[in-house]
Amino acid sequence: MRIVFMWLLLLSASLCRAELTIEITQGVDNPTAIAVVPFRWQGRALPEDLAAIISQDLRRSGQFSPLANKDMLAFPQDQADVYYRDWRILGSEFLLLGNLELVDERYQLTFELYDVLLQKKVMRQTVDGDKAQLRDLAHFVSDKVYEFITGIRGAFSTQMIYVEALGGNKLYRLMLADVDGAREKVLLESKQPLMSPSWSPDGKSVAYVSFETGRPAIFRQQIATAERQQLTNFKGLNGAPVWSPDGDKLALVLSKDGNPEIYTLDLVSGVFNRVTKHFAIDTEPNWTIDGKGIVFTSDRGGKPQIYQVTLASGRVERLTFEGDYNARARISPDGKSLVMVHRNNGVFHIAAQDMVSGDIRVLTETHLDESPSIAPNGAMLMYATKYQGKGILAAVSLDAGVKFRLPSKLGDVREPSWSPYF
Amino acid sequence: MLSKAIKQGLGLALAMAVLAGCSTTDHNAEADAAAAAERAAAAQAAAAADRAALNAQAEAAAKLDTVFYFEFDSSVINAESRATLLTHAEQLKSSGASVRLEGHADERGTREYNMALGERRANAVRDFLTLQGVSRSMMESISYGEEYPAVVGSGDSSYAQNRRVELK
Repeated sequence: MRIVFMWLLLLSASLCRAELTIEITQGVDNPTAIAVVPFRWQGRALPEDLAAIISQDLRRSGQFSPLANKDMLAFPQDQADVYYRDWRILGSEFLLLGNLELVDERYQLTFELYDVLLQKKVMRQTVDGDKAQLRDLAHFVSDKVYEFITGIRGAFSTQMIYVEALGGNKLYRLMLADVDGAREKVLLESKQPLMSPSWSPDGKSVAYVSFETGRPAIFRQQIATAERQQLTNFKGLNGAPVWSPDGDKLALVLSKDGNPEIYTLDLVSGVFNRVTKHFAIDTEPNWTIDGKGIVFTSDRGGKPQIYQVTLASGRVERLTFEGDYNARARISPDGKSLVMVHRNNGVFHIAAQDMVSGDIRVLTETHLDESPSIAPNGAMLMYATKYQGKGILAAVSLDAGVKFRLPSKLGDVREPSWSPYF
Repeated sequence: MLSKAIKQGLGLALAMAVLAGCSTTDHNAEADAAAAAERAAAAQAAAAADRAALNAQAEAAAKLDTVFYFEFDSSVINAESRATLLTHAEQLKSSGASVRLEGHADERGTREYNMALGERRANAVRDFLTLQGVSRSMMESISYGEEYPAVVGSGDSSYAQNRRVELK
């Protein structure tokens, strides 16, 4: 099996060192014990430690507790070296072995997953890639192991886009990175604010707000080529772009009529359609999973709350009733949860509301939390918060059992947007 | 500044008088020269007074607040701001200058909602000035939401200084 990351090849020239580091703050109560044995490799020293990357991926999911290398009794290289009893004594439920070889200038990785209790090999697969794709090979293995054991598709190979502000808002950067914070790359730099990045569903483009013209305007940018296009230039607000599930439209906010209203923009015809008609603030649209409706924030009831509009009929329904500030909703991929910024006792947290029962549960314990963005597998969400006076990104599982933060070593980071599957 | 200008004017007149005194022309000419010197001094003094008045006006305008503050999630202009904005309205009407109204929010809450809030605040100031007779075409509202805090830091006093509209 051969994975070809065309877009990554295009980017690889300007990849830079990771500027985000992971700190895990909380995991599930009974994580699966797994031993990821250092992989066999007989060539010169590699820039990446694949087994370590896989261990970190699995640990960060909160669902696994990988065994430290120093606690391993042996480093088996293939099935003949595996003594199940040793691993059972160490408490490991699963064992992962790997063999990396250079074949025709490409790195070929064969990995094997063993079930220690069943005493058998349960998976074996081979992938290859070039030197710039070593981390991709590791994330690929993480995805496979995670899916085999949890039954949920892994999202370790996905990426995120976020905004970084440097020098006290003197310089803004639109950043692309792996979801573990590695391989950061600058997509755009501006002395004026950049805001509200949103991935297209095909993972090839990003829409965002830039103030480079002296006013807010919405742009679309091809991630691989950096080719960009200004989509709006109206008087007043031009904000909060989000792609429709089919990728043909953007929902966005314009205040050219006097106050902020939700619009859709057909990206093929260029036609704008006004969706909301109300003198209050209507903003922060997000499409429903079927693309037939849009949820949005409105203060038409006096305080910001989440509403849903059905596009065909224009009918508006209020979705949130608990708390006096609910804003910027995102719908989970299974359509079952509404994730949003929720003020509770004066503190802003991320909360999830059950779409059927309406029950709200607060997911985060940090404060000034905002901009939740859900992973394509629905297992976790990334959000922006403050930590030691700086804007950082943090993640939490949708059941609130797993939490970690990605502190930035440089500027203030904010507004994460989790990519779709590629 | 005024007294300095008068002194300069008087000094000049005195110098002219001395020059006139040194000359060998007749009394009429001398009297004419003295009168001219007096007129010159008076004109100088008047010009200096005008300049001083203009300076005072400019100073007052510079002292006039150009930043107006708001409560959380509110775009209501307070009484103090209204009084200052009335003076701004008069100045804008007489000068015909255009003005940019930049709306800001504190860091609490969501970024795009805060963009809307910043615009609502800027528009509240615009509408107030419009009612006072300032031409709407001379004003532009721009919201920066929470992107440009005036004061960095999390706390009520920082927040209060960041919820604002700036006239530029």
